[in-house]
Amino acid sequence: MSDRLSVLKTYKLYVGGKFPRSESGRVYEVTDSKGKWLANAPLSSRKDARDAVVAARKAFGGWSGATAYNRGQILYRVAEMLEGRKDQFVREVADAEGLSRAKAAVVVEAAIDRWVWYAGWTDKIAQVVGGANPVAGPFFNLSTPEPTGVVAIVAPRESSFLGLVSVVAPVIATGNTAVVIASEKAPLPALSLGEVLATSDLPGGVVNVLSGKAAEIAAPLAAHQDVNAIDLTGADQELARELEIAAADNLKRVLRPQAVDGEDFTADPGTHRLTAFLETKTVWHPTGSLGASGSAY
Amino acid sequence: MPTSPKLSAPLEQGGAPTTPAFADVTASDSTLRRFLHGLPGVDAVGLEARAASLGTRSIKTTAKAYAIDLAISMIDLTTLEGADTPGKVRALAAKAVHPDPTDRTTPRTAAVCVYPDMVATAKAALAGTDVKVASVATAFPAGRAALDVKLADTRDAVAAGADEIDMVIDRGAFLAGDYLKVYEEIRAVKEASGAARLKVIFETGELSTYDNIRRASWLGMIAGADFIKTSTGKVSVNATPANTLLMLEAVRDFRAQTGVQVGVKPAGGIRTTKDAIKFLVLVNETVGEDWLDNHWFRFGASSLLNDLLMQRQKLATGRYSGPDYVTVD
Repeated sequence: MSDRLSVLKTYKLYVGGKFPRSESGRVYEVTDSKGKWLANAPLSSRKDARDAVVAARKAFGGWSGATAYNRGQILYRVAEMLEGRKDQFVREVADAEGLSRAKAAVVVEAAIDRWVWYAGWTDKIAQVVGGANPVAGPFFNLSTPEPTGVVAIVAPRESSFLGLVSVVAPVIATGNTAVVIASEKAPLPALSLGEVLATSDLPGGVVNVLSGKAAEIAAPLAAHQDVNAIDLTGADQELARELEIAAADNLKRVLRPQAVDGEDFTADPGTHRLTAFLETKTVWHPTGSLGASGSAY
Repeated sequence: MPTSPKLSAPLEQGGAPTTPAFADVTASDSTLRRFLHGLPGVDAVGLEARAASLGTRSIKTTAKAYAIDLAISMIDLTTLEGADTPGKVRALAAKAVHPDPTDRTTPRTAAVCVYPDMVATAKAALAGTDVKVASVATAFPAGRAALDVKLADTRDAVAAGADEIDMVIDRGAFLAGDYLKVYEEIRAVKEASGAARLKVIFETGELSTYDNIRRASWLGMIAGADFIKTSTGKVSVNATPANTLLMLEAVRDFRAQTGVQVGVKPAGGIRTTKDAIKFLVLVNETVGEDWLDNHWFRFGASSLLNDLLMQRQKLATGRYSGPDYVTVD
């Protein structure tokens, strides 16, 4: 037996492609489902949230302007990296959610498959929700979906990894950038996901992960004038109501929690999370015909 | 803390263009060189540490609101692009007068800074307001032209109505040690500027050492600069807290010695409210309240104004603002 001491990991935030500590210098204790200490996670402040929005806004132009095919390739790459670090995620999910190794492995595999599934949607969503519209005039009338912008996401409280992937992947697949508030009691899989994203060709700032109290960080994000949408999936009823009121100020898009007792993330997700943060741009273009009759010769 | 050798001539009070006290210093190239090289060397590590430690002050709530309004009122709102059009200059002038159209309590900026050929346009757009028109001159930004050309450039700007002239020194001559040439050039431009206040740009990023920045500061002040300014904004290293602190120390010592107050203008690279407030702390701690006014301290900036306005909105409403709520310049 060697008496080597194992090296403990310092979990950090993931903001703008970097791994900062909280600006406030605060941390809080994260325990497993039985109350045993696992690690200290950063306790983010509203200034961390502000910095994350700046990073997400900066990344938006490049990410939304990338071709859908390119975004898909990068998201596949993320799935490849997740596969390589499966053991770590299985351990973290087992600790966080009190599952056996075998059950945690099923959850992690489902999450990786979910990521691949959304990666495939990047260059297909436009055909499903866009298209040519018949109009009463000599025009081509074409609608295409465009990303909404910077999306704040309150990640699910219970499903620390499958739930997280299920809310983050659809937002960035369509070209939005995200500021994610990880589950307060199980933030470690989310912070580790940041490490995967940093090594997957995903431009810095496309996904920013904050850990801490949802009530503290989500409020300034909901009121932030430079955040275009907010996903309230992980907010309880009272917080969701509060955030929705704050979000009304600059007419943010709001995705309300789907169910009171938490969503079932093992079910087929459908496309509603993809379409929730899309805007429709419609272009009218003259057909060029000079009249119904056409040429006489 | 005296930083310059004692002068033989008696000190004179007042704001004459050239302080007679320095007549013996500027008598010849060698006396000028002896004086400038006799200035104490700069402790680079100490200077940077001092600038960095002053940058850690926490300015919050009402003090922050005061600092933001003060910083807005100190901005020389600048557009110095090859692509400047009369329309863009007019838009900038409108922004200088009403930086935030949704909040009329926002102070005006100090001046609009343009190329000489845009002075007339800016002047017309700012007619009836107290916003000044500043013009760069003397073959800005490189300053590589004959003295005649530089003086003609200056006279053009003044004739078009510029209230302030931002000149660049001949860095080539300065670095070659030809201090008297630089001195005489500043004197000549000062004369050509007439009533317009003269800001002398050193382009600190090209002077290589802090000692050179101190020498340039004294040279500029002896030659009659109303303002000393760090940079053109056209090179990679622009205003930094350290070089601005050094120039503030120079104007402080110059006033202690001669009674003449000279303004300071850091320019280029100051983009955020946080940066601007750091500079205001430097001013307050180095030269004190006498300089906390847009007659004596300016920021040469363009994008800084938008960040100040967003912070101002945040203080007023409690929610973070975004670039959608300020103008795109």
